Amino acid sequence: MSTKPKTPLTVIGGYLGSGKTTLVNHLLRNADGKRLAILVNEFGELQIDADLIEAQDDDVISLAGGCVCCSYGNDLIMAMMDMSKMGPCPDHIILEASGVALPAAIAGSVSLLNDFAVDGIVVLADAETIRNRYNDKYMGDTVSRQLSDADMVLLNKTDLVSTEDCQTIHAWLSDVTSQTPIIETSRCAIPAAVLLQDFGRSDIAPATQDAHQTNNFQTTLRVPDGPVDPNDYAIQLLKEIPGLVRAKGFVTSTDGSSKTIQLVGQRIEITPAPADATTGVVTISVCQASSKPDGE
Amino acid sequence: MTTIFSARKIITMNPSRPQATHVAVRDGRILGAGTLKELAGWGDYTLDETFKDKVIMPGLVEGHSHAMEGTLWKYTYVGFFDRMDPHGKIWTGAKDIDAVIDRLVEADAQIEQDDAPLPAWSLDPIYFNNERVTREDLDRVSTTRPIGIMHASGHILNVNSKALEIAGLLKTGINNPGVPLGKDGLPTGELKGPDVMTPVGIHVGFDRDMLACDEQGLIDFAKLCVRSGVTTATDLAARLPDEAVNMMLEVTAHKTYPARIVPLRFHHGVTPDELIAHAEKLKTQSTDRLRLGMIKVVVDGSIQGFSARLRWPGYYNGAPNGLWYISPEHLQHVINASLEKGLHIHTHTNGDEATELVLDCMEEGLLQHPAPDHRFTLQHCQLADSAQFRRMAKLGMCVNLFANHHFYWGDEHYNLTVGPERATRMNACATALKNGVPMAIHSDAPITPLGPLFTAWCAVNRLTSSGRTQGEYEKIELSEALYAITLGAAYTLKLDGEIGSIETGKRADFAILEDDPEQVDPSKLKDVKVWGTVQDGRIFPAANL
Ligand SMILES: [Zn+2]
Repeated sequence: MSTKPKTPLTVIGGYLGSGKTTLVNHLLRNADGKRLAILVNEFGELQIDADLIEAQDDDVISLAGGCVCCSYGNDLIMAMMDMSKMGPCPDHIILEASGVALPAAIAGSVSLLNDFAVDGIVVLADAETIRNRYNDKYMGDTVSRQLSDADMVLLNKTDLVSTEDCQTIHAWLSDVTSQTPIIETSRCAIPAAVLLQDFGRSDIAPATQDAHQTNNFQTTLRVPDGPVDPNDYAIQLLKEIPGLVRAKGFVTSTDGSSKTIQLVGQRIEITPAPADATTGVVTISVCQASSKPDGE
Repeated sequence: MTTIFSARKIITMNPSRPQATHVAVRDGRILGAGTLKELAGWGDYTLDETFKDKVIMPGLVEGHSHAMEGTLWKYTYVGFFDRMDPHGKIWTGAKDIDAVIDRLVEADAQIEQDDAPLPAWSLDPIYFNNERVTREDLDRVSTTRPIGIMHASGHILNVNSKALEIAGLLKTGINNPGVPLGKDGLPTGELKGPDVMTPVGIHVGFDRDMLACDEQGLIDFAKLCVRSGVTTATDLAARLPDEAVNMMLEVTAHKTYPARIVPLRFHHGVTPDELIAHAEKLKTQSTDRLRLGMIKVVVDGSIQGFSARLRWPGYYNGAPNGLWYISPEHLQHVINASLEKGLHIHTHTNGDEATELVLDCMEEGLLQHPAPDHRFTLQHCQLADSAQFRRMAKLGMCVNLFANHHFYWGDEHYNLTVGPERATRMNACATALKNGVPMAIHSDAPITPLGPLFTAWCAVNRLTSSGRTQGEYEKIELSEALYAITLGAAYTLKLDGEIGSIETGKRADFAILEDDPEQVDPSKLKDVKVWGTVQDGRIFPAANL
């Protein structure tokens, strides 16, 4: 059996038009120095911004910060196995599921391959259309299954709806996804570190699932007004946000350097941030079901 | 050069002259069918009496098969039913797990290398009272070489411990619905669904692209065609990259290649626009024996794999609804563009919800791009109800029903997947015809064996493998079944002006039979013996293949 470390992988799901292409381009631009490999269903579906492309052949588009690989339309698992033979190893793989695919099924299959570890499933929802999709005669159950597969939902295109509508949709989405963190975004602007975090799919203990059933999670994105002391800022988050369970993101330190803050439970970790890290910290907290996050 | 063939009887399928004793052939085409005296009027001829005590039918047309049936015979056959390989050898069915193991032990002995894989195919535990095959069973064959058996449905793979070990799956803690675990917490060796099958499948000798057919496979597939009286067969879903197309062009152009192959471009792996562009390009590469340019769109999965999309009330055993393989938006786009550009689509739908989606998209597409003779065809379409058949008729659609399915899995559908009422209406041939929907029937080889006369028998008798009649009112007449496997299938391919009947101007494509299908008891239709075929005027005796 291979002793090679597993390459972390995140599955991106969501129906057509929910913004997966924008998200992929955003990640490529804001990879925080990570070498990303993007595995897509079909090339043509995914318009990679031309300035990111270094070279392109039949199955691979080479990019400054990584590559986009293989249309797996025919066989995802085959494409994954090809990828594991391809060097150099990417730091993280993003697998873009097709609009009708069930991301958890994909994650389940990928996790059988010894070279990869599924870190999470992120599903995009288009704020304008998600409710219609959810109620669609043909696609409703598929969209619903996609949402319930998610470790985190990005409620995207919030700039295209009014604040009021956005709140309504967010509340509705919280209802149908119960405990899943929801992050509002426009044009998929979200720090890569938040999106590509390890949601602990492999080590969710049944005990914490009980908590999940009785509680709701709230997710917010906090952006400090200026430079802060990272440790103080983390402690401040713990004080200000009741039920804070996890926080991750980047801040500019008072010494001018960029730092990564990671907070799990009461444990705080401060490390140097990768170059080009976007400032902002995503927090996930347990809260009352009815209240709405403060927004972004 | 005119050759006149005499026969005991010629079933022409030409409504103006249903029977004849002689058929005259020139340049691979039919001058006419009639009496010797009538045909002699065409001038000098050679009288060929090879078939004087045979029955000639139009060459049979298989409207839904896959050329990979030819390729699969590289692997060891362990199916429940007797089945003929391309060389004419009948492999007796393996009637229990021990028989499967015995067959594998024989195959194992013939492989020299200790660690070379042993792939086998066509296992079907539903005939073993659903007793599952385990890795321990297969370990009795070998613990040193990886062994894998593909199920008849194509949806499940059984492997031995060695295969699991090589794939890194002989471990505890696997949490995947496609990988059942034994009491020891280790996988039992049964792997369900393509995504779970693939990582182990490649270690047991199943090639990268199971649907792709290699050169030898394409040659062997044509041999199976000759043995079953088929002169035109579809290869219903291939990606058709240039290399494959070139190979197929070369193989089929060979002067002894005995069949006309109609490959359809599979929708997966490209965008809708790329699909359309590829089909248009393929159309220009078409030859007489390789008809290119049609499109296959797969809309849902399979009923026995619980991945077909069903309308309410869904699966009889409560399984969740199946999977979509294309979005309605993409389907609509492909349909619209194809109608506009005169491309021809066949859709795969098994569940009635998938069928409904295609009907909706066709209705919309035809409003935008009226096409008086598109002949878009619903393939399988197993669960359609009579309202859907009425819509098909209105929309000018054809249907190709999976008559063989009834025999092989009818009992399972009755008891487990869709329940008694819908199992009874599955593959509703009589309803299709009653509503005026042009209809073909198919084998989906290699899922079930290629053999249109057997398929016709299935549609006429509607017996399940347990011997039960399922759907008395959906039986069709013998003459309707014979039509479905000739002109009916040709019509769905827009080839009915060229093939499917024996009449002036058409291709000299014949099925040469030892018995008269019009005279045998309908319950014996499947036993009608095939002598071979004539394709484009070239004679292919099965015995000489
Ligand atoms: Zn098929």
